[in-house]
Amino acid sequence: MLRLERRAEASQTMSYASPLIAILLMLIGGLLLFTLLGKNPVEGFKVFFINPISDLYGWSELFLKATPLMLCAIGLAVGFRANVWNIGAEGQLIVGAVAASAVALYFYESEGGAHVLILMVIAGCIGGMLWAAIPAFLKTRFNTNEILVSLMLVYVAQLLVSWLVHGPMMDPDGFNFPQSRLFEDSALLPILIEGTRLNIAFTFAVGALLVGYVFMFRSFAGFQMQVAGYAKDAARYAGFSAKRMIWIGLMSGGAMAGLAGMSEVAGPMGQITDHVSNNYGFAAIIVAFVARLNPVGIFFASLLMALLYLGGEQAQQYLNLPSSISNVFQGMLLMFLLGSDVFINYRIRWKEATA
Amino acid sequence: MDIFSSILFATIVAGTPLIIVALGQLIAEKSGVLNLGAEGMMAMGAIAGFAVTLHSGNAWLGVLAGMAAGAAMSLIFAVVVLTLMGNQVASGLALSILGVGLSAFIGKPYESDILPTVGALRIPLLADIPIIGAPLFNQQALVYFSWLLFGGIVWFLYRSRSGLILRAVGESPASAHSIGYQAIKIRYLATLFGGAMAGIGGAFLSVFYTPLWVEGMVSGRGWIAIALVVFATWRPFRVLVGAYLFGGVMVAQLFVQGSGLGINIPSQFLSALPYLATIIVLVIISRDQNTVRLNAPVSLGQPFRPEA
Repeated sequence: MLRLERRAEASQTMSYASPLIAILLMLIGGLLLFTLLGKNPVEGFKVFFINPISDLYGWSELFLKATPLMLCAIGLAVGFRANVWNIGAEGQLIVGAVAASAVALYFYESEGGAHVLILMVIAGCIGGMLWAAIPAFLKTRFNTNEILVSLMLVYVAQLLVSWLVHGPMMDPDGFNFPQSRLFEDSALLPILIEGTRLNIAFTFAVGALLVGYVFMFRSFAGFQMQVAGYAKDAARYAGFSAKRMIWIGLMSGGAMAGLAGMSEVAGPMGQITDHVSNNYGFAAIIVAFVARLNPVGIFFASLLMALLYLGGEQAQQYLNLPSSISNVFQGMLLMFLLGSDVFINYRIRWKEATA
Repeated sequence: MDIFSSILFATIVAGTPLIIVALGQLIAEKSGVLNLGAEGMMAMGAIAGFAVTLHSGNAWLGVLAGMAAGAAMSLIFAVVVLTLMGNQVASGLALSILGVGLSAFIGKPYESDILPTVGALRIPLLADIPIIGAPLFNQQALVYFSWLLFGGIVWFLYRSRSGLILRAVGESPASAHSIGYQAIKIRYLATLFGGAMAGIGGAFLSVFYTPLWVEGMVSGRGWIAIALVVFATWRPFRVLVGAYLFGGVMVAQLFVQGSGLGINIPSQFLSALPYLATIIVLVIISRDQNTVRLNAPVSLGQPFRPEA
């Protein structure tokens, strides 16, 4: 029978190969899914994975969608490396978007100018950080589980934005639709490539990945967090402050998620609605894992995840499938990844069954 | 019914899915398995229960389908964390994401359908007791099921030999294994039970409670149930009490708004109460780390692999 046998040493090769195996399994799962749904699998594959990026505009949309994912994922990865499980990036993104929108609406019909966008960026980051500060404070002060608290706050954030766009932030000339005014040009991020929607937030995201890289691999605090992630007791013995790591982990996640929220309202949306997030905060968790919490990996995993979003939209349009098929692919990907990770520490051996 | 009876009635109904799901999770956690996928398993139970009830016209087939769907989801989780030794926290999250996504995908065609209301099961005599009779004994059958489940689990955990073995596995799988118990198999069974209960809890929502299917209708109840187990410090009776407390918070908004007391609070604030209450009880319970540490199964969340 087949048996798992522990490797003498964790396999470096497998730790890189396992995400690729997971992607492959996800693609096979996708083909099966299309077949089960009575669609031609080859056609389905083409619509889902090829069509979205068959021209320059498609690629620009891919980078646009990947932007909030990169931002959220790099922020989360900093915390995940130290086993700080902030899974409320979705809520932090929403509150960041709310804060940035408040600035945009405050300056509505004013002179405008560069300060509006700068203040929006700051407000977005602070909004996200405030929301992440709640689990950080409760964790460090009362040892409250940050997973459950950050997650509960996602629902609260959704209700908060719902109240705002039905009330204080609602467009007065908007026929009671739950959405704000359209922001003025001074509150919109500059476009990078003419004729596309790709905006300057993409460069923020790449910048964040670089900063994240330096923090993780070149700073002492990053090293401390790495140690804490591998061996909690060793970190404590070395005198590294666990509280400080919790704060750094949650604040980086909150700030980046808040910035992602800002880049959505000041980018492709141009206003705030109660559908401000598209599950980016949750998808970013998958991105962070698939990327092995590595900034370079996050860049590519975000593009893959963005492709799943675009593919879902295409599948809705051309295959008449619900766009939530994207979430099915996302969930499959993470599940396959966690499963195939077993081969990092174990190998399969054929063994005679012993009586 | 007078106002008190109707509040009690609604509280019990709202608390019931929490009891069923949280007790299922309690069993899984007692064996040392932390499955954060309850939200996803409930969502799958809800859509499976709804679809089967709609097609078959039989609500009980729907509940069975919900149970099977929840168990199937937990089987995926069990294979990943028990056989392949994946990280339990991450795998549970993945299961939640997968279940919520998959249920939304499957449920799309059902979004405009409504199920006929299932009548209450009246218990003769008891239901005639004034004030508390109707809320307690003229209820959905699954309400009585949640009480039976509670009684069964108390008996199982503290009075039966198998319950003792289950707890032993949760405290120290290595010791349980060394004296001849198949720790992995026991963890599999406990995880599947947790999944089956989460599926029933989900089906209760879509078949009896609403009764319709909307994407995201579980709206955090799976997570609240997980928090409830921590809040209850892994004791079944406290799960029961906690679930009704949360049920009360959930229905509070309906009564505040319908009361005509002239209180004008935006509905979103009232809807946020259960989530805020969850945070508050978690803070209260985790302030006292000793209680949590003394009661939490020692091996909770730790992978185990017998080195043969």
